[in-house]
Amino acid sequence: MNLYKTPTDFFNVLLIGLTNGSVYALVALGYTLVYGILQLINFAHGDVFALTGLFASSLIANRFHLDENSGALVIIGGLAAVFLIAMIFGAVVNSTIELVAYRRLRSAPRLAVLITAVGMSFIVQNISLAVFDVNFRSVPPLISDHNVFSVGGVHYNWQAFFVILVTVPVLVVLSWLVKNSRQGKAMRATSQDTEASAMMGINVNRTISFTFLLAGGLAGIGAVLFLVEFNIRYDTGFELGLIAFTAAVLGGIGNLTGAVLGAVLIGMIQAFNEGLSWFAPGSDWTRSIVFGLLIAILVFRPEGLLGERTPEGA
Amino acid sequence: MRGYRDQAVRHSRLDAGVGQWRRLPRPVRTFTPVVVLLAIAATYPFYLASLPSGNVPLIYSFPSVRSAVTILVFTTMAVGLNVVVGYCGLLDLGYVAFYAIGAYTGGWLASGQFQQVKFHFGSVGITHDARGIHISIWLVLILAASLTALGGILIGLPTLRLRGDYLAIVTLGFGEIIPQFVRNADSLHGFDLTHGTFGISPIDSPGFGNSLHNSLGLPASYQQSFNADRLFFWTALVILLVTIFCCIRLRDSRLGRAWIAIREDETAAGAMGIPLMRTKTWAYAIGAFFGGAAGAYIASFNAGAFPSQFNFNISVFLLCMVILGGMGSIWGVVVAGVILSWLNVEGLANIGTWLNDNVFPSNHNIEVAKYQFGIYGVVIVLMMMFRPQGLIPERRRKRELEEGGHGPLDDSLYEMRGADEPGAGERGSPGGHIPRG
Repeated sequence: MNLYKTPTDFFNVLLIGLTNGSVYALVALGYTLVYGILQLINFAHGDVFALTGLFASSLIANRFHLDENSGALVIIGGLAAVFLIAMIFGAVVNSTIELVAYRRLRSAPRLAVLITAVGMSFIVQNISLAVFDVNFRSVPPLISDHNVFSVGGVHYNWQAFFVILVTVPVLVVLSWLVKNSRQGKAMRATSQDTEASAMMGINVNRTISFTFLLAGGLAGIGAVLFLVEFNIRYDTGFELGLIAFTAAVLGGIGNLTGAVLGAVLIGMIQAFNEGLSWFAPGSDWTRSIVFGLLIAILVFRPEGLLGERTPEGA
Repeated sequence: MRGYRDQAVRHSRLDAGVGQWRRLPRPVRTFTPVVVLLAIAATYPFYLASLPSGNVPLIYSFPSVRSAVTILVFTTMAVGLNVVVGYCGLLDLGYVAFYAIGAYTGGWLASGQFQQVKFHFGSVGITHDARGIHISIWLVLILAASLTALGGILIGLPTLRLRGDYLAIVTLGFGEIIPQFVRNADSLHGFDLTHGTFGISPIDSPGFGNSLHNSLGLPASYQQSFNADRLFFWTALVILLVTIFCCIRLRDSRLGRAWIAIREDETAAGAMGIPLMRTKTWAYAIGAFFGGAAGAYIASFNAGAFPSQFNFNISVFLLCMVILGGMGSIWGVVVAGVILSWLNVEGLANIGTWLNDNVFPSNHNIEVAKYQFGIYGVVIVLMMMFRPQGLIPERRRKRELEEGGHGPLDDSLYEMRGADEPGAGERGSPGGHIPRG
């Protein structure tokens, strides 16, 4: 209907949704990876994302002094370094949380670990608050907002393209890592059956740590991409984490392709809700719509779009 | 030698005291501390003035009667949440939704929000021609609680089939949706339901009306009486006591035992013929009932319901009380609730001020209150790691521990999905369960 009425708006909004969806995908993958291996909703993941984003913003502004007037090579080199450092930072923070909090509770009931995750979320959020204070942080527009192409009123600028440009290779590398690398195989084995894989000589603790490192690294990349377009604050991660988690559930939690698919869909839903104001309720209701969707999925199809049926649902 | 003897004598005296205490009949042993505590609590407003104020070490000053009302109301909510989390073992991360429903129902039924109508029923302290719905707050408390219980059932019916963390997420979703709804529902097709970010205000105050005031001397309207805070305080205390009483009776009832059975092992409870859905929905409804009553009462106390009061932090804050006190342990939850709500209302700010004045150097001041939720996070994590049964564990739980065979981290306390459940084995349990038996 909208496609026929105003095709320009429709495609513009579609592209915005795709861009946001890519960032959500990187965060959603973190949830889904951890859930796949520990059956734990890592509530703190969104806050690791925010902490890494804040760290990256101070890195860009105060350490590397990048701004829009820097030379192209400086920006590219600087951003590459920021990506790398943010990745390592996110990975270290995330696996530290696992090491400090979740590892001790390996044999505790699942609910105890879940409650601990909620607690860790608040702790990480308050660390962000203590270090970076309450203000929104942003970075200068390093990527130009000129259009890559502009066809009949449909614009696609470099900032949005940059997000895709980074996300796609990351997803390819991740998929290779999980499918083909030795550690990735160990990860999949552990998520299928922890005890059996331990018996087969897989170091379960190391594998779990690796999963958290991977999830944190993805969150780090996502956080820098988020910074390119939006402001970030200590509590940004909470809501974004919930959106990303919804995406992971929508796609089928534990399923990597599903997480990406779900994230893009959620990105689209959000963009259409906020972009087409004459048709949708608007940004005031985004949260309600996303969570309403989450509830509907969990009630009617808890295995998600691509997931397998699990005992949770029945 | 002498020291030894002294110590021995002291010990024997202590032992004798304990022994005599033990010989007292059980009801006396149970009720004496309760009565003493109750007497202290009920007379608090009278001797508050005589307590030192100003520069008490660490806490700066004792909570004012106004703060004490909030403390009691939040404790009531924690006791209500304890039914859901502690008795039935359902992790509810969206209890704030019930608080919001209760507060807004109070607002709708006892304020000038709906200017289109004029309906008065036993309301006090307002003029006769005031527009809007004005129902007596006593009735509103019950109505709001019932409506919230209905909301709990509506939320519960589709979602309680889910287990463990999925349920937690769904409740979290409701806890996010309902506050956003009240924030945005100021023009639903032009109809102003919640007055948006401004909230509903003023909300009527409780009271007994002029005729009872003249005949029995009861306050006509709390807000207009000279010691309003004290009246609110005593009423809050009564509400808390009623809640505690109901929860104790419920725990020992058929329903309560069914809840505990579900908490301990849902599959086994189902196999024993407990109707799982109905029992869990009751837990939800009753938890919601008390949340709604407390919400309506605090709305009346604050004379308003504002959307900024309701966020995820409140849910976690209440959950923190239940965890700290001990899931399922009423007195534990009450103690933890009073302590944590006091910290929330003024304790942390006071402690921060005192520390900044007396301990930290003046150039290194720390706003302790700013990090309150980080502190609660630390509390939650530490409790889960080192004392998952809570500060004052439930008696049933303690007996289990004393009888042996169960470690402190034993998974039967709040297990959602055990190793013996169908399907758990195939997916791999989170790092291996302790086998039970």
